Amino acid sequence: MGFREEVKARSKQPVELCFQCQKCAAGCLIAEHADLYPNQVLRLIQLGEQDRVFNSSMIWMCSGCETCGARCPNGIKISEIMDALKEMAIERGIIKEKKIHLFNDIFLNTVKSHGRIHEAMMMANYKMKSGDLLSDMDLGWKMFLKGKLPIFCRGVRAKDEVKQIFDKCNAG
Amino acid sequence: MELAYYPGCSLEASAKEYNLSALAVSMALGLRLKELDDWACCGATSAHSTNHMLSLALPTRNLAIAQKGGLDIAIPCAACYSRHKKADYVLRHDLQKRAELEDIVNFKFVGNVKVLSLLEAFHSRVGLKAIADKVVKPLTGLKLACYYGCLLVRPPEITGFDNPENPVSLDQIMSAIGAQPVKWSYKTDCCGANLSATSSSTVTPLVSRIINMAVEAGAQAIVTACPLCQLNLEVRRGDCADIPVFYFTELVGLAMDLPGSDKWLVKHFVDPLPLLRSLKLIA
Ligand code: SF4
Ligand code: SF4
Repeated sequence: MGFREEVKARSKQPVELCFQCQKCAAGCLIAEHADLYPNQVLRLIQLGEQDRVFNSSMIWMCSGCETCGARCPNGIKISEIMDALKEMAIERGIIKEKKIHLFNDIFLNTVKSHGRIHEAMMMANYKMKSGDLLSDMDLGWKMFLKGKLPIFCRGVRAKDEVKQIFDKCNAG
Repeated sequence: MELAYYPGCSLEASAKEYNLSALAVSMALGLRLKELDDWACCGATSAHSTNHMLSLALPTRNLAIAQKGGLDIAIPCAACYSRHKKADYVLRHDLQKRAELEDIVNFKFVGNVKVLSLLEAFHSRVGLKAIADKVVKPLTGLKLACYYGCLLVRPPEITGFDNPENPVSLDQIMSAIGAQPVKWSYKTDCCGANLSATSSSTVTPLVSRIINMAVEAGAQAIVTACPLCQLNLEVRRGDCADIPVFYFTELVGLAMDLPGSDKWLVKHFVDPLPLLRSLKLIA
């Protein structure tokens, strides 16, 4: 299967219909902070330019806000495409935005082992592993003082059930 | 009226005041919220950015629990709501994926529960009149920018609630409690909350623009129905205007003069008390 076909099959989106009207780009707030506009991602997929797509920061930065999809005259849900592309990039070991991937990884590992997110623990873990120890120290402290970072937190009783879901999805 | 309630992880920590006010206000409005037994995290953005099947299976487990209870389910967090709504949509429309999910989660989907955001539950199940009837201290003079963010009304075919470009449900609830929603064009713009920890330099300009536009439209405060938006708008604003950001449930509680309001409002990073005092809405 070629690159375009794989994206189509995974995202279930009619990639070939995009006619570059740029309505998606007009509403995308993230694009100006990344390296491609959403319509450019679509064009590159149509052209089979997989290296440029996988190495783009946009597929990682996309916030999944669904603005593009709600406006696309061809009904293309671009956030589904962005998700499929990230999944494909991870499988190929191409991680353009390391911090975002690390955050997702830590988040999901927390869910896998506790069934829920313990915000304090997860953030501490992320800070350590990203090496970004100093930013947000005062924010964390303020949250703690406001009782917004409880030390203990209710986990899930059926932890095994949640772990099994991860295993069956080949995740984590 | 009774609904199942999925608080989601942040309502037990960074968004405590949302949880407390949601529960108190619902009870006072005659809406009983019954917490979903042994719910698990929906996986949020991290799951759908990493593994498509996982992002559907985690919320499906919660839907399976709700199905047993047979109650429609109300979700206060816009991100959790979006993940559950998407899983529910797939279960209803994609038979092949339904079969896979039934196998992963070990249940049989019957589709007897509807997934609602808490905002929709207030708007469509409790209703504007019932809310207005309970107001004892109308929030007269409070000019608000109602901020819906991305996922409460999008994608429209999945949420099936309100207008995706110009939603009005929150504005109507705020009018019902006597506040004054302003017209502005940033109601549904993304605040970038899911990049807040990993790329705060991207998020700050997004947040400041939303806040500056609210101020320019004449708002004295912003009101949200999402814990991620609320926190992000408070802590990633850089040095733009200093206006507070409320949860809609806090304001409904204030207008109903519920005991406990004072305990929610002190949990904010941007102190809303001076504004409320200046409008004589609190002592
Ligand atoms: S809105 Fe749709 S058709 Fe228009 S450029 Fe974007 S993806 Fe292509
Ligand atoms: S879903 Fe992604 S690509 Fe689409 S508008 Fe939002 S951030 Fe941009």
